[in-house]
Amino acid sequence: MDLKLDHHSKDGIEIVDVEGEIDVYTAPRLRELLIELVNSRFYQLVVNMEKVEFLDSTGLGVLVGGLKRVRAHDGSLDLVCTQERILKIFRITGLTKVFGIHDTVDEAIAARRAEK
Amino acid sequence: MATVELSFTPLPAHVRTARLVATAVARRSGVDESLLDEVRLAVGEACSRAVEGHQLYCPAEPVRLCLTDLAGRFEVEVTDTCAPGLRRSGGPGGSGVAGDPPGNAAVAAEAGVPAGLGVAVIEGLADEVQINETAAGTSIRMSWPSAGATR
Repeated sequence: MDLKLDHHSKDGIEIVDVEGEIDVYTAPRLRELLIELVNSRFYQLVVNMEKVEFLDSTGLGVLVGGLKRVRAHDGSLDLVCTQERILKIFRITGLTKVFGIHDTVDEAIAARRAEK
Repeated sequence: MATVELSFTPLPAHVRTARLVATAVARRSGVDESLLDEVRLAVGEACSRAVEGHQLYCPAEPVRLCLTDLAGRFEVEVTDTCAPGLRRSGGPGGSGVAGDPPGNAAVAAEAGVPAGLGVAVIEGLADEVQINETAAGTSIRMSWPSAGATR
C-alpha cells in the first residue's frame, strides 16, 4: 500500500487520516484531498500522521500548501505525530515552528478550541 | 566498483524502489540501524529531484544510483543527466548550484516553501554530501559511517 487517505468530522473539525508513505509519487493525492476539503469549506483541519511511514520534502510542501489554503479562510491545519522519524524532517527544515504538532487527535482538537 | 548499481525510468513510482534498495544495501554494509531512516530519506530526496528533472528535460534517460560499501563508509551517488543550465533557466528554483526542478519548485513556490528544500534536507541528513555539476548532469554523493568505521 502506497498511501491511504480518509477523513471524517469530529467536534466541528475535519480529521484527515493518512496511512502509508507520502513522497513524490503519492503526495499529489494528499494535495488533491486538501484542496477538495478547502473547496468544500472545511477550513479547520487536523492531519493525523500517526500511521505515516515516510514523509519527504514533497509531502512537506503539500502540507505547507494546505496550511496556506486554510489560513486564507482564517482556518487552521494541525498535525498529529509522535513518530521521531517523521518529526525529524520537520525539525531539519524548521517547520516545527510553523505547524501545531500534537500527540493525539483529541489534543489537537482541544488546542484548536482553546484558541477560539 | 559500486557494490550495487541501479538505473530506473524517471517515474515517481520508482523512487520508492530506489529507497528500498538503498536501505537494504546500507543495512548489509553495516550502517547503524539508527541511521537507516536518514539513508532512506536522503536517497529518496536525491532520486525525487533527479526524477523530476528528467521528466522535464530528458524523460527517455534513466536515473542512476550507485551504492558502494567502502571501508568504514557507505556511499550513495545519484546521478541525473539534466544539464544544469536547463535547470537554472527553467524556473524559480534554479538560482542555486543544485536547485530543485521547476515542477517541484512551482509547487514549493505555491506553498511558500523555499526551492531547493530537498537538497537542504539531504545536507541535514547525510554525514558528507558532495554535489557535482557537469555539462552532462549533476551527481549528488552522500555517505554515512558503516561497520568498521572509527568514530
